[in-house]
This record gives sequence, structure tokens and C-alpha cells, in this order.
Amino acid sequence: MSLDMSPAALTRATPRLMRAEPLLTMRDISKTYGDVRALRHVDATVYPGEVMGIVGESGSGKSTLLRMMNLEDTPDSGDYTLRLPNRDDGNLFDLTRYERRMLCARHIGIVYQNPHLGLLMRHSSSGNVAERLLIAGERSFDVLRTKAREALDASEFPLSRMDARPIELSGGMQQRVQLAKAIALEPALLLLDEPTTGLDVSVQALVLDTLKRLQRDRKITMVLVSHDLGVIRTMADRVMVMRHGEVVEEGLADQVFQDPQHSYTQQLVHAKL
Amino acid sequence: MNSTPLLRVDGLTKTFRMYHLDSMLHAFEGVSFDLHEGEFLLLRGHNGAGKSTLLRTIWRSYLPVGGHVWYRSNHGEIDLANAADVDIALLRREEIGFVTQFLNARPRVAAQDIVAEPLLLAGTSQAEALEQARHWLDQFGVRPELWRAYPSTFSGGEQQKVNLARALILPQKLLLLDEPTASLDVGARAALVRRLSDLKGQGVAIIGVFHHPGDVAQLITREINLNTRVVADQSEEEDNVAL
Repeated sequence: MSLDMSPAALTRATPRLMRAEPLLTMRDISKTYGDVRALRHVDATVYPGEVMGIVGESGSGKSTLLRMMNLEDTPDSGDYTLRLPNRDDGNLFDLTRYERRMLCARHIGIVYQNPHLGLLMRHSSSGNVAERLLIAGERSFDVLRTKAREALDASEFPLSRMDARPIELSGGMQQRVQLAKAIALEPALLLLDEPTTGLDVSVQALVLDTLKRLQRDRKITMVLVSHDLGVIRTMADRVMVMRHGEVVEEGLADQVFQDPQHSYTQQLVHAKL
Repeated sequence: MNSTPLLRVDGLTKTFRMYHLDSMLHAFEGVSFDLHEGEFLLLRGHNGAGKSTLLRTIWRSYLPVGGHVWYRSNHGEIDLANAADVDIALLRREEIGFVTQFLNARPRVAAQDIVAEPLLLAGTSQAEALEQARHWLDQFGVRPELWRAYPSTFSGGEQQKVNLARALILPQKLLLLDEPTASLDVGARAALVRRLSDLKGQGVAIIGVFHHPGDVAQLITREINLNTRVVADQSEEEDNVAL
């Protein structure tokens, strides 16, 4: 091929190279709780295999958006599609409660900041992982045990403690159980809501390293919400910056941090210690 | 070698808007040049002339405010200045490399794993990737006892060696170098020059900013002085082209 340097070529829109279609597409999502406009006309696109980071101050709408992605809530308006093999579910917000539960169990994993939201604290760690497999229809005890073991191992959870209850574990270990539960069925999409907030820095580094390894080896698509710019910078390929329920900036992670275009993003970046 | 340029920078302009100062900072304006496969272009200029900014604008860490960066990728022709973020990410994984003087070390990740990662992402087996990582760490003079250590505890020079080994382990089509020799000892500088010479010989196009350009003098085919905006061909000094 040769470069076409004609004036017409130079002024046309540059063509797209990436052949893959987005895995996740959200269009014009708005949500109001009482007088609070939590999300305002939010668009989001996430491509297969990438880590999309969402940053913003408390109340910016980032966790609300993540809950929408996990079909825990329905917006006042907007569409949400996931491009999954051999499925066409249309706008996921039109699904019934049961359909949503089944779709999430099989195709979407989530790790919450608060392990109490994601785990049954008085069941064994392996049982928590097996519960996800049971919802998806697995019934063989041996298979449940084997798959739970594999998921815990991939999450770098010590297998000698797989029968311990989460309530007996440290915060870092609880997050690993959540992670094992989230990846047990090899989801197309992994949602991470402040997964390292509250952990001490050495445990935080270990959890982030585990996530990075999972993303590299299993090509899991991730959406990571954090108010910690260091975490986002370490993990994300692309970043959305949210404020007052709106996306004020979106770009490659290094570009957003090195050359922020919006005044609010500049404030955020300059405020980082 | 292909006679059409690999890269055509056309009227590239970069301005930073600084909201907290309510002002604009003009980095450079209307920069144009062509780069062919196997060429080594040196960027010259005093501090603040915009050398590193130009590299980062081509790499797209910085967003240009005007102009084009036409690049002949394996997937097709594309304007890096206006390309979608996902396309830039794709090209960074497969074709375009960027070496800075700073290592972005992840906590608790060993030096050999940091270096091996680009190969693993490209689908190389774990064993092969680690073998090559150790080879390049050795080439740049990182002692074997450090290969499994965490680089966040290394000296600046050792970190830079790890950075170079990671950046140069995969041959790219276009390589952007931002003062890669800044904190290197003599042996590592020699290893870097050997690696760059090999890559150049394989047709890799290189644009570099060097604190001591003498380190790579024998590799340079052209240079741009961002103070005067003049492109000089090393083999034909009279054939200067005003930008």
C-alpha cells in the first residue's frame, strides 16, 4: 500500500483500524433519584480485552454507572447492549428480573468495595464460589469443588484456606474470594467497584497484580471504578472522568493524566499527591 | 525499502491550555517532516524547544491541536493525530514503541516479568518470554541477582536498563526515544546503540531525543532543530528543508 497524500485524503476522517466491535455499549443513560440527577446522558463503550477506568469524586455517578452495567438498577432512559457469542438480548434494560440474573451470573462478574455486598460471610469461601456455579446450573459436587478450587487458585487465594468462611479472613483475602466468585464462569465482563479501597498498600499491590495477570492471561474485559488515580493509572487502558453524573472527559489513560483537556480533570490530576 | 514514507508529519501543532493559570502554552506550531523505514531522526533544540512534546504528541500522550501524523500501519493508513483511542492502543501494542527515561514500575512485579510482559501480550509462551527477558536484561547489564527483584527499589540507572529491555524486546515499526541514555553507564549505552543499530538495519524507523547525541552519532540519518525548524540530511548538509 502507499500513503495517499492528496488534499482530499488529508481532510477526510481517518479510517478505523480496530476490527473488533465494542463488547459493551451504553447510550444516553440518565437516572434521577428524587431530586438528585445521578447520571446525565452518559455514553460508554468498552472494547474486548481492555480495562476501562472510571474516575471521579464521591457522588460523581461512577458507582451508579457500574451498578447499571451489572443490571442492578434501571435508568430513566438509555440503552445497554453486550455483544456476547450466540446471543442477541437487545436492550438489556428490557430484560426481566430473572433474565437479568441469569445473564449476570453467566457473563458478568463483579467485585464490590465492601465484601459484605458480594459474599455470604458465614458460608465457606469455596461455597461462595460454588454458589455462582450453582446459579448457572452446575450440579455435580466434584465439578463444583474443582471449579471453585481453580477460580480461587487463579485469584491467588491460598487453597489451604478454601473452606474458611470470609468472616474469618482479612480484607485482602475477602477480595480474592470475591474475585474468584466473579471469574468462576469466565465472564465476558468483570466489573470492579473500588476493589482495593480500604486495603493497606502492600495488599493493594498484590490484588492489583492479580487483576493485571488475569487480564493479561485470560483477556478479561474489565471496568474499574476508583477514586484513586494511581490505581487507575496502573490498571487502565482508557479512562472516563465523571463529574455530577456526566462524563467530562474520555481518553487513553496516559493522555488523560499527562494532557488533561477538561478543567475538572486538570484539577484532579494536579491534586494528586 | 518502501519509497513512500512510513510517517508523514504535516503541520503538527501543540498548545497546552492551563486552566489554573487561565493561559495557553504554545509548544510548537506547523512542524512537518517525512520519515522512512530504517531512518534515524534526531530531534535537537534547547530545553523547552518542544522535543519531548513532539515525541509525545506523535505517541498521543499529548493531543495535538492541529495538523496530521499520517502513519502507514500494517492495518492500513491512519492519521495518528485524529485516530480513535482504541486504534492508538492497538498500534502501541503491535507497531509503535516509546522509550522514556522513567520506568513505570508496578509494585511487587519482578524485573524479568516487567520485561517479558510485551511478549506475553503478543502470545509468546511464558518460558520463551522469560528466557528472552533474561537475555535482554543481561545485554543491558542488569545483574542476574536482580532479575527476580522488584525494580521500584533499583537505582535510577538500573531502572532505566529494565525500561530499555522491556521497550526494545519486541521489534516495532516505529520507535520513539525520549532521552533513553540519560542515566546509563558506558556498557549499557553500548548495548543500546547495538540494539538500535540492529533495529534500524531491520527497517525500524526511529525518532529520538538524546542528551548526548554523540552516543548515537553513527546511526543518525537526519536531524531536526526545533529552535530553527530546519531539517538537515546527514549525508547532504546543503539539502536543508525549511519546515
